[in-house]
Amino acid sequence: MEDTRTSRLNSFFSPQQGMLFAVLGIFIIYPFVANNYYTDVAFFFGIYALLGLSLNVVLGEVGLFDLGHAGFYAIGAYITAILNTKLGIPVLALLPVSAIAAALFAYVVCSPIIHLRGDYLCIVTIGMGEIIRLALINNPFDLTGGPNGVFGIDFPSLGSHFVIDSSIEYYFFIWIVVGFSIIALIRLQNSRIGRAWNCIREDEIAANANGINVRYYKLLAFVLGAAMAGIAGNIYASKLMCVSPESFSFMESCLMFCIVLIGGMGSIPGVLIGAAVISLFPEIFRPFALYRMLIFGTVMILMMMFRPGGAWPRRRGGADMRSIMNIRRKHG
Amino acid sequence: MAETDLRTTTRPILETRNLTKIFGGLTAVNNFDSQVREGEICSLIGPNGAGKTTVFNVVTGIYKPEGGTVVFNGNDITGQKPHQIVTGGIARTFQNIRLFPNMTCLENIMAGQHCRSSAGMWGSIFRTSHQKNEEFHIREVAESRIRQVGLWESRNELAKNIAYGSQRMLEIARALATEPGLLALDEPSSGLNPHETEELMVFLKSLAKENLSIFIIEHDMNVVMGISDWVIVMDEGAGIAEGRPETVYHNPRVIEAYLGYDDQQADGEN
Repeated sequence: MEDTRTSRLNSFFSPQQGMLFAVLGIFIIYPFVANNYYTDVAFFFGIYALLGLSLNVVLGEVGLFDLGHAGFYAIGAYITAILNTKLGIPVLALLPVSAIAAALFAYVVCSPIIHLRGDYLCIVTIGMGEIIRLALINNPFDLTGGPNGVFGIDFPSLGSHFVIDSSIEYYFFIWIVVGFSIIALIRLQNSRIGRAWNCIREDEIAANANGINVRYYKLLAFVLGAAMAGIAGNIYASKLMCVSPESFSFMESCLMFCIVLIGGMGSIPGVLIGAAVISLFPEIFRPFALYRMLIFGTVMILMMMFRPGGAWPRRRGGADMRSIMNIRRKHG
Repeated sequence: MAETDLRTTTRPILETRNLTKIFGGLTAVNNFDSQVREGEICSLIGPNGAGKTTVFNVVTGIYKPEGGTVVFNGNDITGQKPHQIVTGGIARTFQNIRLFPNMTCLENIMAGQHCRSSAGMWGSIFRTSHQKNEEFHIREVAESRIRQVGLWESRNELAKNIAYGSQRMLEIARALATEPGLLALDEPSSGLNPHETEELMVFLKSLAKENLSIFIIEHDMNVVMGISDWVIVMDEGAGIAEGRPETVYHNPRVIEAYLGYDDQQADGEN
């Protein structure tokens, strides 16, 4: 077993790995080359990547149509905003709090609706997202500041020496979080959890008849997706220093949905491509701002017609199998 | 004679007692009693609409029965959820093949090992040694099962892309990967050509030799007669006859159920 492990290490530097290192290099160099504005664009690319990854768990891996994902994002952002401005708790300490709050909320809200399928679930989640947005507008207990939102959120900091306050620092902050999320999600994809999720997406009854607790794994996906969206909300809130309900509209949920569809359901590289399209598109087409949505809609339609599997569909078999754990290949 | 002894001496692994399942005004299964003995191949036959698949769905937890009990290995499993029943040791296949079409053949079988493994989300994210060993074991079981059904060459193909007959075998392999005590097969030979059916029969017999009990719904009489140790006949939701295959084959009530109540036709059969 030991020598097979080392032989696996030798095959570690494949062409794909080379590509990966090249992309990583570009990511590290980019903010030092680009100006602040483009570094910020890349930061929002990171936010959308994280949101896309979070929805990808629910929509891509398990096939649950969740069109209210902006609700979880909002909860992460508002928890951060309220606890930071009212109680002065540091933003970084609120990172896990946002995640747990969004996860708990997802658990409570999704438990009763988890058995719904397809379009039914879709409608209920739209309702959920809208209820959260309207609740924020209505300023419950004078906490959310109504339509104006909450202002004056701190920068994330560790003590007084390490403060994330520049575009470059935010850029690295979000992309490090995205990086760890990707590692965790790839590991999940290649575990029994990821397989169980995919089985449910493929055939719920067969999954159940093969010993997979469908309800549990669907809820797990929602909870994990919500937690990641909550983290994105936390970082977003501290970057903008203010949160308001319009940032978490139905449109935002739709954009996340598009990210997953553009990239390819269940495909992590696909999500990155989708997030790039969604976040960079408005920048590239700024001169034609008036026709932006027209072009966007056309692209989506053409996409669904000619490449329904997404830009980078998840590849199964060879490539995936190779990465399934540190497992020797006895044959072939 | 020795064969008759097999039925009377071995322990029952699955029993249904007074099983009743009602859909609206239709009693699909009506006070159905049956026993599957350890290590035997027991066939459930009957005309279309007799309630065979409903019995399977009740036994495997997809439906909850209105009355009666299902006992597996001495434990009452009535009303348990499908995933609990699989974990308890009853694996099944479906009449219309239900694979995970966009997953590879090997992944399909690995899914069968789900209920025999325990790594959680954090274990999978941090790749604990427990999770690694478990994943290694899952892989080994899946590989041995895929070889057993002769699909090793297709292991990295998507399940939807392999031939129909191979899909049937893959579904059985996935069920076997759950390490069952009882394998419930719903019309495994439907859609197979005579050669594939022959292979299936040999395969099922070899499984029974390893002391796996098999409960099988089958329409192909050659298969039923060829492999069964015991045959149960259903009609209109109730058991109407059971016995060794050759006895059942000549039972007038069975002939009646299949061919209708015309005496001349019943006599004409065989």
